[in-house]
Amino acid sequence: MTPHSQVASQISLRGIEISYGSFQVLERLDLEVAQSEFLVLLGPSGCGKSTLLNAIAGLTEVDDGQIWIGGRNVTWEEPKDRGIAMVFQSYALYPRMSVLGNMSFGLQVAGMKRAEIDQRVRDAAEILRITELLDRKPSELSGGQRQRVAIGRALVRDAGVFLFDEPLSNLDAQLRAELRTEIKRLHQRLGATMIFVTHDQIEALTLADRIAVMRDRRIQQLGPPQEIYNRPANRFVASFVGSPGMSFLPGHITHDANGIAFRAADLVVRLEPGIFTEPPQDGLPVELGIRPEHVVLAPGAADTHAAPVELVEPMGSDLLVWTRLGGSPLTIRLPAETAVAVGDHLPLALPAHRLNFFDIATGQRL
Amino acid sequence: MTAISTPSGRKPKHTSTGRIGLYALLLISALFFLTPLYVMLVTSLKSMPEIRLGNILSLPQHVTLDAWFTAWSSACTGLTCNGISVGFWNSIRILVPSVIVSISVGALTGYTLSFWRPRGAKLLFGMLLIAAFIPYQVFIYPLVRVFSQVGLNNSLPGIVIVHTIFGLPTMTLLFRNHFAALPMELFRAARVDGAGFWRIFGQIMMPMAVPILVVAVILQVTGIWNDFILGLVFAGRENLPMTVQLNNIVNSTQGERTYNVDMAATLLTAIVPLVVYFGSGRWFVRGIAAGAVKG
Repeated sequence: MTPHSQVASQISLRGIEISYGSFQVLERLDLEVAQSEFLVLLGPSGCGKSTLLNAIAGLTEVDDGQIWIGGRNVTWEEPKDRGIAMVFQSYALYPRMSVLGNMSFGLQVAGMKRAEIDQRVRDAAEILRITELLDRKPSELSGGQRQRVAIGRALVRDAGVFLFDEPLSNLDAQLRAELRTEIKRLHQRLGATMIFVTHDQIEALTLADRIAVMRDRRIQQLGPPQEIYNRPANRFVASFVGSPGMSFLPGHITHDANGIAFRAADLVVRLEPGIFTEPPQDGLPVELGIRPEHVVLAPGAADTHAAPVELVEPMGSDLLVWTRLGGSPLTIRLPAETAVAVGDHLPLALPAHRLNFFDIATGQRL
Repeated sequence: MTAISTPSGRKPKHTSTGRIGLYALLLISALFFLTPLYVMLVTSLKSMPEIRLGNILSLPQHVTLDAWFTAWSSACTGLTCNGISVGFWNSIRILVPSVIVSISVGALTGYTLSFWRPRGAKLLFGMLLIAAFIPYQVFIYPLVRVFSQVGLNNSLPGIVIVHTIFGLPTMTLLFRNHFAALPMELFRAARVDGAGFWRIFGQIMMPMAVPILVVAVILQVTGIWNDFILGLVFAGRENLPMTVQLNNIVNSTQGERTYNVDMAATLLTAIVPLVVYFGSGRWFVRGIAAGAVKG
């Protein structure tokens, strides 16, 4: 297959609104996806991410707004005329057709010549290593093979835009990881614009150039995986991304002679005002959020907090230790060889630049 | 009691009283339904003198097919004496187009309601459901009036349209439920592939509907073949179906009742549904089971 970088395939969503009856699914949504970008729509089920994908594909009508693909307003176009290819969660292979039939169906509908169809199908099958499956029926394939065929069916369309609707969630963990890298490789090879819907934050972090975290009809945060992970825009994004999740310690901000500090029960964390976009007021109720791997074990250091160990989970590559700090549970990730036992008190340091603060009232990052 | 063994391996089976009762019940109900068939069959193979002896359960002493030939080609229905064969061919002429048209229309409406969801689809479907439960006698008089106005009364197209209309709720229901169980993503994939309304119907959906198609054919063939009142009212004198002819043969005999001919004519009339059931039993079960199995 040839790279698609020459095909104009940037996507622009302008003020998209979709409702089912009185239930609003998407509210004035704007989104720009650059040429050859890999964008992941991440969110819990029911957040509207699949609806948005279907709207881009032309399978769901928008109530308001415009959809532009490759510089063309395709808001009223049929799916086939939008220059897109799509891969579905349930594979959606035509059960009565062979793999060959499945992959060539769209091209036949388009009236392409037999020889060219054959060529394209063979090429796609080779890329996906499914050449020996071409004569089989979908029912004779395993889940992983079925999804490969579904990707192949999208591939032969030679489209500039690929839409993936949770394509890996029906597969077991091992196959999921395998196909994930396959999709990433495919993206590098084709240079096509890809939009990938998932509720799995690992898939999002590994695949995306940018992630759009969605909830409640809108995009909560849009940015590169590192930014989403390290500087979540609000408490929802912080809690949704990362496994095991971020720990949250509820407390409040205090101003005193020594500057700003975070207090939760007996815990006091001194803060530099520079970490805030805007210095919070004295007494503001906030939550301190910190990821398990960002907590540091610092025996002998000056500013440490003693935390009792409540539970130890060996994960193979590392240890997950459940402790308590400032009256709230705190999860920390330690190297696998660390000697920790339940009942120990660990000297923990909370590096200032790793801390996240969220306004309890609004949930927004401070 | 033999040596008490520790439980190991396959659990031994016991014949319980419940089992025996169940088999007895099955046997009795089988006899209940098979006895009339047996009586009809042996009676149709006997001669009239033998029937007069009155042993209805005995096997024929001299097997003769005379009654069958008479029933087929020379039994009298009122004034004409051409047997029931006239009705057989009439029924075939009614059956074939009615089955094809009613199933085609039902499959198409079922498909449209499941996948294209036109405005008001739910209301439409609800109305169809209600229509399926209205006794069709209610419609007969108004329909006769309408048909005679447009000149369709007492004609073959008339009876075909009537069968299509009355088959529509059931056929639509059958196909809609079948298609509704298919994943919506299949339809979406076909749309992305550029297929339109008819191509998705013909190339994607109907090939997946073969089991339900068989069920539909069985339902419509037996239903239309066994119909009496619609055929009597709408088909016209020239096209009276076999069931009506059978009634005329059995009820209009003067003088001696020719039981063997009556039985033979009845069996001849029943043969089509019987063949359909026996021939398609396997498919029928498969069709019903297919709904429960995910592809």
